[in-house]
Amino acid sequence: MIKLIGVLIIVIGFIMKFDTIAVVLVAGVITGLVGGLGFVEILTIIGEAFIKTRYMSLFLLTLPVIGILERSGLRERAADLIRSMKSVTTGKVLTTYHIIRELAAAFSLRLGGHVQFIRPLVNPMAYGAAEKNFDEVDEETEDIIKGYAAGSENLGNFFGQNVFVAAGGVLLIVGTLGELGVEVTPLAVSKASIPIAIIALVYSAIQNYMLDRKIAKKLTQKKSGKPAAEVK
Amino acid sequence: MKSLLLEIFYILAGLVSIIAAVYALKDDKHPHRKETALFWFLFGAIFIVGKYIPAPIVGAMLLLMGVLTAMKRVTFGSLANATDDMRQKSANRLKNKIFVPALTIGVIAFFVAQVFKSLGGLVGLGFGAVAATLIALVMTKEKPKQFGYDGSRLLLQVGSASILPQLLAALGSLFAAAGVGEVISSGIAGVLTEGNILGGVIAYCVGMAVFTMIMGNAFAAFAVITAGIGMPFVYAMGANPAIAGALALTAGYCGTLMTPMAANFNVVPAALLETKNKYRVIIAQVPIALALLATHIVLMYVWAF
Repeated sequence: MIKLIGVLIIVIGFIMKFDTIAVVLVAGVITGLVGGLGFVEILTIIGEAFIKTRYMSLFLLTLPVIGILERSGLRERAADLIRSMKSVTTGKVLTTYHIIRELAAAFSLRLGGHVQFIRPLVNPMAYGAAEKNFDEVDEETEDIIKGYAAGSENLGNFFGQNVFVAAGGVLLIVGTLGELGVEVTPLAVSKASIPIAIIALVYSAIQNYMLDRKIAKKLTQKKSGKPAAEVK
Repeated sequence: MKSLLLEIFYILAGLVSIIAAVYALKDDKHPHRKETALFWFLFGAIFIVGKYIPAPIVGAMLLLMGVLTAMKRVTFGSLANATDDMRQKSANRLKNKIFVPALTIGVIAFFVAQVFKSLGGLVGLGFGAVAATLIALVMTKEKPKQFGYDGSRLLLQVGSASILPQLLAALGSLFAAAGVGEVISSGIAGVLTEGNILGGVIAYCVGMAVFTMIMGNAFAAFAVITAGIGMPFVYAMGANPAIAGALALTAGYCGTLMTPMAANFNVVPAALLETKNKYRVIIAQVPIALALLATHIVLMYVWAF
């Protein structure tokens, strides 16, 4: 049981918000020591594993071009595209963002983020759609929309990223299994990640549709203006 | 051929890190420019010459890097992006063409992995990145030097967290060497009967989700749970490793969606959006996370065996 002390250190370190890198290193060294390894042996294992897993950091190669594209307005263009969408209902805005986010993640594009997209763009559009269709949007509904908006970023990000053949998660799977003596290629893992990416999108679309219905039931539809037929 | 190409790409990746170290060092407004530069220099050096250095010294270099981040000395500094106005103008000029270099990376990586099977996706990623850089060079008409600057800006912005996947893999090795996996699997073995595939799949998926909720990080959980539960109860039973591995990690993400420990994804955004209820994001995600977790179990049981 004492060998689980490393896990405990990680949990405590994360709760106390200590520096993640330092927490992981301390957990590793102490686990090694209680597991009966010598200090030099521990350094050897860390060093060897780090050299062997250099491929996990090959994304460094993509930074110069992504950096230039950011300078040239990559985010701005993506934002323009989302904005040009004929805004309809809250749920449709969120599902559309989920699709874009998931596709971007599958292509290793750093498009998205709570700071860059959800606060300035997606949440205002989702809220705006509710405002356009209904008389008055109460505070609780506004809060719920915020929660869903932030969630669409997480869902699109998490379940899309492993479709990319050199994603951090894919390489971690290949590396961890390799350490344990199971051979598997990054391409096979990325292909195996496609079904759950699609399923996550379908579930999210259903949840967003149900959100639309919930909002429609709760709020009174505007009599004038846009027909509320969009919101079933 | 493959290892030679990979070695070349490792050297290029190391250069990206060393260039970032130089920009950090030249950044007068950076409060910890020397320490930050040292961190990225060490990281780059491990990429370029690490293979030829004795492993314990590489381990010691990593501990030194850990000391630098623990003291909060590895920070961003003041490398600026183009102004909002300039970026919008450029976006209007380039239109959707701007996505071409970005998509090139993924398309070439996949193409190489699919067609030149012996080279694999990593070599593909290298070729994709180089091709995308060339296309962007022609398209944006930026000077090559600007690529170094903007790559450094991005790397310094992502910060020390970019070495985390590699460190977690090293942690996994240490846990394995110290016998942590055996402790967990002997605990699970008391509950599961041998050869119970469905039980193993459930334990693996739920274990990933629960452990991720506790640790707040699916990558860290993956090393521990795969060694302790995945190996004896799923892979040893003949599961397809690509499918089981892919699903196990995303099963962990289902846990990420439900825990305040994953602060960056759940708590910080709630603060950013100024929600009245600070768990609003988690509340929105719990139903879909549970549905997805159940789906993972079914999919792994049906598809991986």
